[in-house]
Amino acid sequence: MDTISDSSKKNGVPERFFPKVDQEWYRRRLSKMIVWMFVVFCILMVQLFNLQILQGDHYRSLSENNCIRKQRIQPLRGHIYDRNGLLLVDNRPAFDLYIVPADASPVNETAKNLSRFISRSSDEIGELISRHRGPYGYRPVLVKTDISRDLMGQLMTRRYELPGIVIQTSPRRNYTRERFAPHLIGYIGEISSGELTSNRYPHKRGGDMVGRVGVERTFEESLSGYHGTRVVQVTATGQVVSVLGEDPAVPGHNVHLTVDFDLQLTAQRLLDGKTGAIVAIDPSNGDILAMASSPSYDQRLFSDRISTRQWQKLLTDPDRPLQNRVLQSTYPPASTYKIITAMAALEEDVFDDKDTVFCTGRYRLGDRTFRCWRREGHGHQNIVDAMSESCDVFFYEAGKQLGVDRIASYARQSWLGKRTGIDLGNEATGLIPTASWKRDRFGEPWFAGETLPVAIGQGYNLTTPLQMGMLTAAIANGGSIYKPQIMRFIQNVGGNIEKNTSPEMLGRLPASDETLEIIRKGLYNVVNDRKGTAYWFVRSDEVDISGKTGTAQVISRLTEEIDLMTTDEISEETRRRLLPHAWFVGYAPSDDPEIAVSVIIEHGRGGASTAGPIAREMMESYIRGYSPGNLMEPLPGTGQ
Amino acid sequence: MFDRRLVQYFDWWLLLLTLVIAAIGLALIYSSVNAGEASLPSKTHLRQASWLGIGMLVMVLSFCFSFKKLDRWSPFVYTVCIGLLIAVLLAGKTVGGSTRWLDLGLFVLQPSEPAKIGVILIMAHYFAKKVRPGGMGFRELVWPLVLSIVPFGLIWMQPDLGTGLLIILITGSMALFAKIERRTFLILLVAGVIIVPLGWFIIEDYQRTRILMLFAPESDPRGAGYHILQSKIAVGSGMIYGKGFMEGTQNILSFLPEQHTDFIFSVLAEEWGFAGSAGLLILFFLLVSFGLNIAHGCRDDFGTILAFGITSMIFWQSVINIGMVIGLIPVVGMPLPLVSYGGSSVITSLLGIGILLNISMRRFVKD
Repeated sequence: MDTISDSSKKNGVPERFFPKVDQEWYRRRLSKMIVWMFVVFCILMVQLFNLQILQGDHYRSLSENNCIRKQRIQPLRGHIYDRNGLLLVDNRPAFDLYIVPADASPVNETAKNLSRFISRSSDEIGELISRHRGPYGYRPVLVKTDISRDLMGQLMTRRYELPGIVIQTSPRRNYTRERFAPHLIGYIGEISSGELTSNRYPHKRGGDMVGRVGVERTFEESLSGYHGTRVVQVTATGQVVSVLGEDPAVPGHNVHLTVDFDLQLTAQRLLDGKTGAIVAIDPSNGDILAMASSPSYDQRLFSDRISTRQWQKLLTDPDRPLQNRVLQSTYPPASTYKIITAMAALEEDVFDDKDTVFCTGRYRLGDRTFRCWRREGHGHQNIVDAMSESCDVFFYEAGKQLGVDRIASYARQSWLGKRTGIDLGNEATGLIPTASWKRDRFGEPWFAGETLPVAIGQGYNLTTPLQMGMLTAAIANGGSIYKPQIMRFIQNVGGNIEKNTSPEMLGRLPASDETLEIIRKGLYNVVNDRKGTAYWFVRSDEVDISGKTGTAQVISRLTEEIDLMTTDEISEETRRRLLPHAWFVGYAPSDDPEIAVSVIIEHGRGGASTAGPIAREMMESYIRGYSPGNLMEPLPGTGQ
Repeated sequence: MFDRRLVQYFDWWLLLLTLVIAAIGLALIYSSVNAGEASLPSKTHLRQASWLGIGMLVMVLSFCFSFKKLDRWSPFVYTVCIGLLIAVLLAGKTVGGSTRWLDLGLFVLQPSEPAKIGVILIMAHYFAKKVRPGGMGFRELVWPLVLSIVPFGLIWMQPDLGTGLLIILITGSMALFAKIERRTFLILLVAGVIIVPLGWFIIEDYQRTRILMLFAPESDPRGAGYHILQSKIAVGSGMIYGKGFMEGTQNILSFLPEQHTDFIFSVLAEEWGFAGSAGLLILFFLLVSFGLNIAHGCRDDFGTILAFGITSMIFWQSVINIGMVIGLIPVVGMPLPLVSYGGSSVITSLLGIGILLNISMRRFVKD
């Protein structure tokens, strides 16, 4: 290695006069280094000796008494508001009774004393205490949740007879309105051990609550917040004497929903005592304004830990109150499906708006006869008349010419038979039959005769009320299919927006403006033409409504059951269950729609007579708006 | 051609020592996972084991070629490390307020770990050319300063003051080993005495509190003092023979949030007592001595200085980590080599040991 060219000098002497380093030089440097390193290791060793041997007893007793404890501070779960900032869900303080097993001695006496205050036997309490002793004995064990203030007062005055008891305040979910939109808002429940070991909830521990269903589940991450930590010093009996340090919990974000409080209450009132579902959508952006499913349940049962008995009762109820019928139940769309058939017929040039079909009340195909709901027939019908009067024969003819696959293609492009992607779980897909579907499902070819019921929505077709609502909203807004949204924005407690929803277009209806114009004319006449099926039930003086009725036959489903019964056995209930489902889908005002509604009443008999007036009241109520007097009681605003 | 001396000169004792220390680490992580409450994922020790496996592979690869190639590669390796550090600042993963990790799809890398090796290589490359009996002057120290300040700054910005300072400490030790002129050394010493108090005003508030806490942890067990106090309780309560494997009460109650990473030594001290903790301390001193012995055996400037650099990395990390756990040094993020949980740290330590083995195997090779 040549360093002669290096001009660096020491004391004016060129570097080349210094000899190169050798092994011996390195040996001396390394011995120096190892001495230094040895000294440092010795210092560590001395400190270890000091801590573990000289002061070992001191630290051992500190670790055994363990007077310093770390506690978790539960974060406040975010609030839930309606679209106008009315509070729907918040938290209330609840008092939970715990006992520190290591401090609860003598066990039997403590258990006996405690059993006088709470409804648990002294044996049970004693067993609880003994079971949790051992290295974890300084961990408080839950004895009773949500004790009353009175009981808390009594316990605190007697706490010298009850060593080890600790009362902790924890926030409890508070649903400010009983039974308000339980299917939409959902509920929370204690985290399961499976969820704990999955990595979905990294910040949760056993005993924590997580969103189970609905908004509480969908927005769990935003709502839950982060727990804090508190370092406290405790006495030998486990009472906190001082707080040494605190890392506060971070409260969850507040979720503002698209649902309109007033309209939701109206929907729930209209469904009272019935089985069915209502969904109201803002056609301009897909916002869900109301979502009601009946029968429903009280989510307050869940905010405290629900008992197994109550849970079993809800699960096994034949009316399935836990099911959100808006998106988890499917029904034959019946005549509301004629919107799709009409769209396909116009777009495929099967009919134009002037072509007519003569309805005699029956339609022959091969050796079979299909009936129109109106036995005496409708006479000459063009497409607008056929929609308005819901003429089956017209649509049989349209269906025969279109064939099942072309109808299905229009239905699927209109987002039927697909999930809408709404932010709520377990959405049903529905079913739009095609020839290949039938081959896969039953191994049989499609028969032309099967197309006719499909054309009037009675065949294999199944749709959810939400899908029909979306279709109606798209017809109303000129053809844009928006994803249904349930959240407007998420705000942190500081008032800053964390997440905003913007309208999300899934696609467009496969229909030209002219086609949509004709369909809207038909839907307008359903309600406003004297011959329209809904004229006598839905027409409103207040607002200009358009819509479509539907009456879904359920007989086929029950035929077998009934065949097995004698006449006497056909009870009132069975007779009720033979009645068809009643549909109404519509929007208002007709020229510039602000709301689209989809209503189904199970076994409601007539679409026009049962579902129609409900839809009308929904639309009237929304368009009318609510004056402050309409509110049941004054409500706080966003309040943050 | 394969030379039989490669096997003859292989340092089996260093390898054995490494395996023993790594096994102790694994046992301690197992204990903190299973004795503690469910706050640690239950497969933590298995992940550590798989990283040890990968690390062993890296170690074997790193002595398959002559370390002299590293002399030529060092500028390239260094540049890649700096590139990774910049990438972390631009696209790193943020956990708990610091951006230290780079998601490479297959695994998450903490580039400040391999950066230590990168700095050691470039320093060995540089000092090997400058070393002379009289020692180096200011002119020769400019490059080491620049080459270590850059990674230091980049790591500080993450922020990870501990690893940043470690890079400065390693560079400083290597410079001292390669010898600094007496006059230059004295001037630097005086300058240091003036600059260090200034640094007090630059560091973050929480870092200042940690230094203050060192002197009086009992005075304020809130926040900062809490860690030191709980750690000292854990270590001290182990007494002579400890509370037994998986029996540590401090461990069980998870008083220390990082018991399986930076505070792993406290688990050892609590469960195995003075016998265990002094034992591991001696093992680390042996590890360091073996490293220096390899430096001594090498007849090549680059190899000697490189071996010293790696040894100083192991020395500083173990001393700072243990010093921190037993309350001698402020709490800084610093894993205990081979023992603490963490993939990048384990693999980097094993890579360093692989290079030491490489130098030992080829000490007979002359230019």
